[in-house]
Amino acid sequence: MQANILTTEQIRALIAKGKLKDAVFKAVGIFCLAIALLVIVLLVSDMVMKGSERFTVDFFMNFASRRATQAGILSAWVGSLLVMLVTALAAVPLGVAAGVYLEEYAKRNWITELIEINITNLAAVPSIVYGLLALGIFVYQFGFGQSILSAGLTLALLILPIIIVSTREAIRAIPAMIREGSMAVGATRWQTCRYHIIPYAMPGILTGVIIGLARAIGETAPIITIGALTFIAFLPPVPYTTGTDGVTAGMFDWVMSPFTVMPIQIFNWTSRPDPAFEVNAAAAGFVLMAMVLSMNAVAIYLRYKMRKNIKW
Amino acid sequence: MQIHDKSPLKAEARNLSFYYGEAKALKNINMPIYDKKVTALIGPSGCGKSTYLRSFNRMHDLYPGNRYEGEIRFFPDNTNLLSPEVDPIEVRMRVGMVFQKPNPFPKSIYENVAYGLRVRGENNKRVLDDKVEHALRGAAIWDEAKDRLNELASNLSGGQQQRLCIARALATDPELLLFDEPTSALDPIATGAIEELVHELKKRVTILIVTHNMQQAARVSDYTAYMYLGEMIEFGKTDEIFIKPQDKRTEDYITGRMG
Amino acid sequence: MNHAMSANNTSDLHVVSDRLSRNAMRNISERVIEALLFAAAAVSVLTTIGIVYVLVSESVQFFQHVSIIDFLTDTQWTPLFDDAHFGIMVLISGTLVSSLVALIVAIPMGTIIAIYLSEFAGSKVREVAKPILELLGGIPTIVFGYFALLMVTPLLQKILPGLPGFSLLSAGLVMGIMIVPYIASLSEDAMRAVPMSLREGSYAMGSTRLYTAIHVVVPAAFSGLAASYILAISRAVGETMILAVAAGMQPNLTANPMEPAATITSFIVQVALGDLPHGSIGYQTIFAAGLTLIMITLMFNILGQWLRRRFRENY
Repeated sequence: MQANILTTEQIRALIAKGKLKDAVFKAVGIFCLAIALLVIVLLVSDMVMKGSERFTVDFFMNFASRRATQAGILSAWVGSLLVMLVTALAAVPLGVAAGVYLEEYAKRNWITELIEINITNLAAVPSIVYGLLALGIFVYQFGFGQSILSAGLTLALLILPIIIVSTREAIRAIPAMIREGSMAVGATRWQTCRYHIIPYAMPGILTGVIIGLARAIGETAPIITIGALTFIAFLPPVPYTTGTDGVTAGMFDWVMSPFTVMPIQIFNWTSRPDPAFEVNAAAAGFVLMAMVLSMNAVAIYLRYKMRKNIKW
Repeated sequence: MQIHDKSPLKAEARNLSFYYGEAKALKNINMPIYDKKVTALIGPSGCGKSTYLRSFNRMHDLYPGNRYEGEIRFFPDNTNLLSPEVDPIEVRMRVGMVFQKPNPFPKSIYENVAYGLRVRGENNKRVLDDKVEHALRGAAIWDEAKDRLNELASNLSGGQQQRLCIARALATDPELLLFDEPTSALDPIATGAIEELVHELKKRVTILIVTHNMQQAARVSDYTAYMYLGEMIEFGKTDEIFIKPQDKRTEDYITGRMG
Repeated sequence: MNHAMSANNTSDLHVVSDRLSRNAMRNISERVIEALLFAAAAVSVLTTIGIVYVLVSESVQFFQHVSIIDFLTDTQWTPLFDDAHFGIMVLISGTLVSSLVALIVAIPMGTIIAIYLSEFAGSKVREVAKPILELLGGIPTIVFGYFALLMVTPLLQKILPGLPGFSLLSAGLVMGIMIVPYIASLSEDAMRAVPMSLREGSYAMGSTRLYTAIHVVVPAAFSGLAASYILAISRAVGETMILAVAAGMQPNLTANPMEPAATITSFIVQVALGDLPHGSIGYQTIFAAGLTLIMITLMFNILGQWLRRRFRENY
């Protein structure tokens, strides 16, 4: 059979065409990436410009108000911090324990497989569904009400898969010789975990925790669903202080208090028709973005550093 | 290097050196490749034989930090394959390659063989059908594959996959065909089939083959080059290299005192 | 030696039994710890059970008031009116239209970025681009909602003068941008997992980068790409705040992205913002809506699995 061999000129034309397509695609790729960057820059700069007049101490120290210029985010940022505290206290021990169990203890059987499939699937469940879960279980079944406790636990369940997965990844990166070394000198499985595995995996776990909390602090839908209020003009009771009603608050009374959080405050301001509240929304949005992005930046930096100085 | 034969040259390495970043992997290699002959490259692992082979289709250009020095002249047109003015894609259109492990694409058997033709802009069904069949026959896999052309190539056995990869390379009528340890992942029977095929193919195409197996080199090649630590130690007719090597190091390697 | 030991026999025994009892204690505490760790791992299963239990039990009560036929076929959604209608298709239309807009943006953009990062970009570009994408993926959805309502909608209104202040289009577009990082990073992982030998095989045939990417790398990574698309669909269908802020919340059975419409999720938010008594029909409605949401997500997941299998066979 005679092959119809291309001439050198034809081949060169073909290559030139192919390379042109390569170049066009490359340009499109860079363009798409640029859009991503542009969105971040636009968002941040718009919020800074629009919200700049609200970056005052008062804005941080005032409660919500009907007058836009007097309204502040005091109850919102305090609420967000307290909810995060509950979330972290619940999610970190649970997530790390679950990660350690799955990596160090679990036998290969159907129960383990069930748990693993579950964790993967939970990561894809819409966050508002967690809100419905919490509304049914925490708010009414357990009687926690529309409290900081309910919100904190809801977000803890939401970010549990993130912490479990990053714990497992961090543990998996530890070479077997460390485990064997510890077992060889007679340490039990738990002692090995407690004194070797968990400490070595700590940077990786920490990265996961920060990413999880950054996700949680920006979550709005599940917290609205459990019925958080949008207009709160008081703070949760400080332990062992006496309020205006003459009742001294106990150590943990704050967890049962009604609350609002930053994203809900922004939502509230965004949905008001009066453009003056747009300024508040922009300023509060910037504060929230700053919190979330700096947490993410810390996590990215931590991971980068971890990759740079691997010790084994 | 002395010329042993009146056979025309297909390619010739002239003062070829190669660097991975700072590391010099090939040192000043000079070697002829004769037309329609099989040339085998042997030597201990890490000696640079694969690096040398991959220079012939500019595979190293895919990775940053690699650098060539010297020339590979390609005949009859006397082009320097390594010249910066020559596009690596143009080189690869003329020089085919078969890899260590069979690497069929995640496509049908037919589309695997047609791949190179489509790359060259050929989309005529009749032409493709003809050439695919011709290539599969050339690679001695037509009988096994003709009834399953639309099946995924990964359903074939390892040996069949490797012959499919040879068919894929043959379909575009390369002038030079590179084999990089093509049987190292195969069982002895599949290896035998590939060796036979190589022998058959040299009627059509010039072949350069890297092998870790000296018996294989002795069985399939007309010329053999022994490489060591990035240097070309000895080149000659396969019979001569294996019967009375000129260099002590070649002799040590061939008699099993080293490597 | 032996003598000395037998002389101290009694105290030896003591030491041994002491050590044994300590070992036994150690064993018990090891067991307890293992049980605790297992309990922590089981929380995820409990969460799933809890979700199913809550959604199903409230929905069962809901469907005692509303027939499933009406729920699926009614073309009005007015659960809080005196003349209550419960046609979930109204909310589903909003959800599907906004998700479609989002996917039309996110799938091409995410895939192009993934191909670019995996096949074209040098390591330096990757080192800069990946954190940027991660940051984009980390932006709270409420902030994206603000972006959609106050920045994208006014911009779109300049191009499309008829566009109302709330629309599925602008919410969907922003949702698409939000989803891009998920698709890009998962797809890039899948493509980078494709063995180098396949790419080399293609380059050795004389093909260019783009040809190799499209004809070899993408098909080889197809199941990973499909997984990322399915996750993207789940994100889009389940996204709440962008829609609640920028798409308006009035129920509207429509296929036109230029209109405002409520979605399943934004309806839940709207109801939750009000004060509905526990146990009322309105309260149960949001669980029925939630169940529908989960079913849609599940359906897409099953569809994706099926597609993946089919595609693999036909290649």
